[in-house]
Amino acid sequence: MSQDPVIEAKDLYVSYPLGRSFFGNKAYLNAVDGISLKIDKGSFFGLVGESGSGKTTLGRALLKAAPISEGEVFYRDGEVSHDLREIEGLALKDYRKRAQLIFQDPYAALSPRMTVRDIIAEPLEVMKLTRNRAETDARVREIAAKCRLNLEHLRRFPHAFSGGQRQRISIARALVSGPRFIVADESVAALDVSIQADVLNLLKQIQRDMGISFLFISHDLSVVAHVCDHVAVMYLGQIVESAPTRSLFARPRHPYTSALLSAIPSLDPDAPKTAEKLEGEIPSPADPPQGCKFHTRCRFARDACKASRPLLREVAPGHMAACHFAEEFDFTRPAAVPATA
Amino acid sequence: MSLISVRDLAIRFKTDEGLITAVEEVNFDIAPGEVLGLVGESGSGKSVTAKALMRLNGGNTVYGDTSTITLTTDGQPTEVLKLRREKDMEKVRGGAISMIFQEPMASFAPAITVGDQMVEQLLIHTKLSKKDARKLSIEMLGRVGIPAPEKRFDQFAFEFSGGMRQRAMIAMALSTSPKLLIADEPTTALDVTIQAQVIDLMKDLVTEFGMGILFITHDLGVIAQTADRVAVMYLGRIVETGTVRQVIREPRHPYTKGLIDALPKLEDLDSELTPVPGDIPSPLNRPRGCVFHTRCAVARAGHCDRVTPEPRSLPDGHTVACHYAEGLPATEVPA
Repeated sequence: MSQDPVIEAKDLYVSYPLGRSFFGNKAYLNAVDGISLKIDKGSFFGLVGESGSGKTTLGRALLKAAPISEGEVFYRDGEVSHDLREIEGLALKDYRKRAQLIFQDPYAALSPRMTVRDIIAEPLEVMKLTRNRAETDARVREIAAKCRLNLEHLRRFPHAFSGGQRQRISIARALVSGPRFIVADESVAALDVSIQADVLNLLKQIQRDMGISFLFISHDLSVVAHVCDHVAVMYLGQIVESAPTRSLFARPRHPYTSALLSAIPSLDPDAPKTAEKLEGEIPSPADPPQGCKFHTRCRFARDACKASRPLLREVAPGHMAACHFAEEFDFTRPAAVPATA
Repeated sequence: MSLISVRDLAIRFKTDEGLITAVEEVNFDIAPGEVLGLVGESGSGKSVTAKALMRLNGGNTVYGDTSTITLTTDGQPTEVLKLRREKDMEKVRGGAISMIFQEPMASFAPAITVGDQMVEQLLIHTKLSKKDARKLSIEMLGRVGIPAPEKRFDQFAFEFSGGMRQRAMIAMALSTSPKLLIADEPTTALDVTIQAQVIDLMKDLVTEFGMGILFITHDLGVIAQTADRVAVMYLGRIVETGTVRQVIREPRHPYTKGLIDALPKLEDLDSELTPVPGDIPSPLNRPRGCVFHTRCAVARAGHCDRVTPEPRSLPDGHTVACHYAEGLPATEVPA
């Protein structure tokens, strides 16, 4: 699957000033703390982590919706390429058309005063992508049909729709400008399980049929396991593990990933209790621990972990982890599927 | 002897669009020390049912004529729906019954310290002095695993992290020693790692305090790890009840099966995710017959859309409200 990446970030930082310290030198909070990643064209890239890990900020930086403090981000879709650090003016307008965001809460993301047709048509009108109303209508209908919304739906207001339907409207609005890259930020978190599967299947179908690349941000590892091709795990602004989905879930290499996986409540009431509970909570990103940021909660932490920060490195073919001792652990999951396919 | 016994509960709301049925024909019991999981999607009536136990539903609520909720504490039955005066309702509101809400930030007053809020409810519901109430509150904060409880006692809710706020909420709910604890999606807003900690904490506390718990959630995994028995609700009706093993391993109602199939499972990455088709109908427009027939693959026209299936016991001991819980009629089963 390895081909040209649609998004390539190199040593990316998003920092926010925290006010001045006593001696007048400025302190910074690194919400994204030196991340490098590549999202392959047409892939479904998953980003997981606890709240406060910087998932959303990273997603926004890749959309040029959060300031890039340091590092580089390139967008290349085969037609154009953009350097997101320098991008502005007409180029930025072009990028807005090519990269879109689907929000978490379909109740808050849709204006209650606009009909569904107007909501979906708005990006076309704002970006002046169509020449007249007839063309706009045709485009809206075409996209609405892809998201299984019919003509009757287009005339109504959002309040008449359930959560799942609203999320399909949000998806239609994101698709209407013909994007090549979509950030889906917790797009199924607010939905019931019965509907969630429907929206996930729709996103997968869009990825397959239209060849759109996705950055799928979620805190739900079971959802990510089902839809993503590749998964990156974030902790306090850094990627601690990144691997093809099968490989990651069959045998996580980072103690944090392993602990996250064992925290998911099993559907089997008699499942053996894993002793691997993570203690405490994610530390404040304003005052991250020295050395490995995870050492304060890691049950394997040693002196070396407090002293130096581990770099993200290849610990098995195609499998990256940021842990000094990744090779020593065997977190193979008994019930997991073999790491093939 | 059950702690709380709900019979034929019907809840309707008076609205501009007429009388809306939120819950009907709901029956369940919770014994002391038992955890009953109440599962269902949004709009199924879970929270409204829970609030009825404490009479917390709004002024436009109409309960069914034959509905009863009987709370039995120390051998004394209380008819919750017959309580008329606000003063009498204090017995069930925070006295015998405590509630933990989904969003702990929204449940604490932002401008009053967590400690003062804990003391306030103790002064209302117990005969403790202010000094003893403070002592007990600090002790409870420590019991639920909050470090430095003396210091935390004087802080505001915004100074707590999400997980810690939920722990404080639990400490507050348990400090009055309730007989029944209602937990309405207590872990939904938390990260998995914190969720696991809160689930463990709640299990320990049940063993220690021996109270009954009504655990409301839409997450079947959380239910599997916490509940003894499960009731599955759909559009205001309980469609299936049984022990947690029966319901999760051998679901008999098509809706329960659908919910389990829709769940992404880590053990099986190859299976397709199958959504329950369609959307939950509006309560303004409740389907006739079986409430689930509009989304059901098993439904038979002319029967399911006309006749409401009554809950009935199956040989294995669990209760299902479906005409075809044992499978389709033999003549229709495809070879």
